[in-house]
Amino acid sequence: MKFYFFHLMPYGKVSAADLDKHGSTWLTLPNSLYDPAEGTKLYKRYIGELEYADELGFDGICVNEHHQTAYGIMPAPNVIAGALARTTKRAKICVLGRALPLISNPLHIAEEFAMIDNISDGRLIAGFVRGIGTEYFANASNPSLSHARYYEAHDLIVRAWTERGPFRHAGRHFEFDYVNIWPRPVQQPRPPIWIPSQGSSETVDWCAHPDRKYVYLQTFSPLASAKKSFDRYRDQARQHGYEASPDQLGWALPMYVAETDEQAREELRPHIEDFFNRFLRYPLEARMPPGYTSIASTKALLEQKFKQRIGAQTIDSMLDLGLVLAGSPKTILATIKARQKELGFGHLIAMLQIATQPAEQTAKSMKLFATQVMPHLKG
Amino acid sequence: MRDLEIDVNGQMLKLKEDGSGPPLLFLHGAGGSNWSPMLKLLAEKHRVIAPEHPGFGRSPTPDWMMSVGDLAFFYLDVIEKMGLNDVHLAGHSLGGWTAAEIAIRNTSKLKSVTLLAPAGCRSATVPFGDIFLWDAETATRNQFYDQKLAEERIKLLPQADLDVSLQNKATVARLAWSPRLCNPQLPLWLHRIDVPTMLLWGKEDKIVPFACHTAFVEKIKGVKLVPLAQSGHSLHTERAKECAEAMIAFCREMGK
Repeated sequence: MKFYFFHLMPYGKVSAADLDKHGSTWLTLPNSLYDPAEGTKLYKRYIGELEYADELGFDGICVNEHHQTAYGIMPAPNVIAGALARTTKRAKICVLGRALPLISNPLHIAEEFAMIDNISDGRLIAGFVRGIGTEYFANASNPSLSHARYYEAHDLIVRAWTERGPFRHAGRHFEFDYVNIWPRPVQQPRPPIWIPSQGSSETVDWCAHPDRKYVYLQTFSPLASAKKSFDRYRDQARQHGYEASPDQLGWALPMYVAETDEQAREELRPHIEDFFNRFLRYPLEARMPPGYTSIASTKALLEQKFKQRIGAQTIDSMLDLGLVLAGSPKTILATIKARQKELGFGHLIAMLQIATQPAEQTAKSMKLFATQVMPHLKG
Repeated sequence: MRDLEIDVNGQMLKLKEDGSGPPLLFLHGAGGSNWSPMLKLLAEKHRVIAPEHPGFGRSPTPDWMMSVGDLAFFYLDVIEKMGLNDVHLAGHSLGGWTAAEIAIRNTSKLKSVTLLAPAGCRSATVPFGDIFLWDAETATRNQFYDQKLAEERIKLLPQADLDVSLQNKATVARLAWSPRLCNPQLPLWLHRIDVPTMLLWGKEDKIVPFACHTAFVEKIKGVKLVPLAQSGHSLHTERAKECAEAMIAFCREMGK
């Protein structure tokens, strides 16, 4: 199994009263509540934590993209990835991912990723996402064109990496007379591509296709949903006439390791409850802009998933659902072994810093994980 | 009232038709098609034709329909296909915007144009309401000046057909997400509307604010502006009688 450290770079210094007043951590939470002095400290700390993960021997360090929110102050993950490309030496740099439909020029993503790949000496893992619903408000991007723009942008980026330019692209959503990116990526024929998702079957099928065989990464999901997606991936692969390897499947979830199970649970409690109940707080309408998913999927989500996730979560309900792992190194090791056997994933993405979790706890949890869990499972 | 379905160059179009007299083609707004109290009153004097736009109700968003301009060209085909002449064209909100886009393209089959709280032109000072971010209850409240009407409808929300409301919203997003609810180029061409035009607008409109009327008033020659006090966006329900009477009188006068 391979291990990755994922940072969301949350901005925790917003009071509960302010969140209640504005009713959302996203889009409309006024940025007068952002204190640049605090932000400067946080960037220093968070980049340091990513670098520490490299030192501790994690196989990869991960960043992602969200706009106009205290949930994470990383609207441009490639800025962080660029810094990490210089300060780290060994870990893969995983951008999970850039939101393709949101921008008018997908070649910028092809270029930035190629730069990171060059600067890091071929350590980039390129993630592509559509961006969650609220990004369509924040970026004035049409949610009803999201799927179409995603696929066209993806195809163009992969061509820009793998075919020699200049060539012409005349699509429905993007048009370029000259596709001829400088630099080209170091990794040949292209950097590995990972697709984070919360379990859309369309996405699973698309990743499993023999033309792509992309790493499918299940994020923020109950155990049962992760299992369903991984089983579906393997079924799809078999239907295409090949066996999917564990290397094609990744699982990302919040995790916390402390000296004992009880201590882990109690130390994580306020932060993880804050994370699900405050940092992920925004109106349903912002999650599900019209046309973002098919009507059938939208209805299914309205009826099931959000009931489960929107309602106040406690650490106990999250542990029961398998949304989160917390425990002593021994418990975590045993749990991961069991889950790995059950789910058959080859990449484990540990979100070891959550919401308002302080630096000392984060460092402790990372170190315990890297020294007492990872060595028993690596390879 | 008759329910019809016609094929226009391969696109199926559902429409409701009632009454007799000079033809009045009514284009519904973002909320979708309904035979409103205003249409009932209009059908006493007109042959009222009320289509349900492609991509609304139970019809999927057509691949070809990328903008209100496309929808306008489609309705020019509809007018041709139905053999309509001397049409009194009217539209509310998104339908009003569509009517304006039709009229800047071709007025040869039109007798008059009535725009009820039309989207299409933004105000520099007052933004449109964020119809996509509001929850259903807020959206309902913001339709009306008279909150008693809103309360009645809020009670009915749990019975709403989710398939239809999601489909309608998806199509509205396709047409009006960005630029939001307008075509920034539309004011440049409004001068091309060379048939009598009337604007009906609620002064308390929270969705397409009354302030948006200025572009239409400045650019359409001889336009008649009828501001309605104590009225919100949903004119065809909230002020059905005044609107129907104003439209019947306007069409009669312009039809002479």
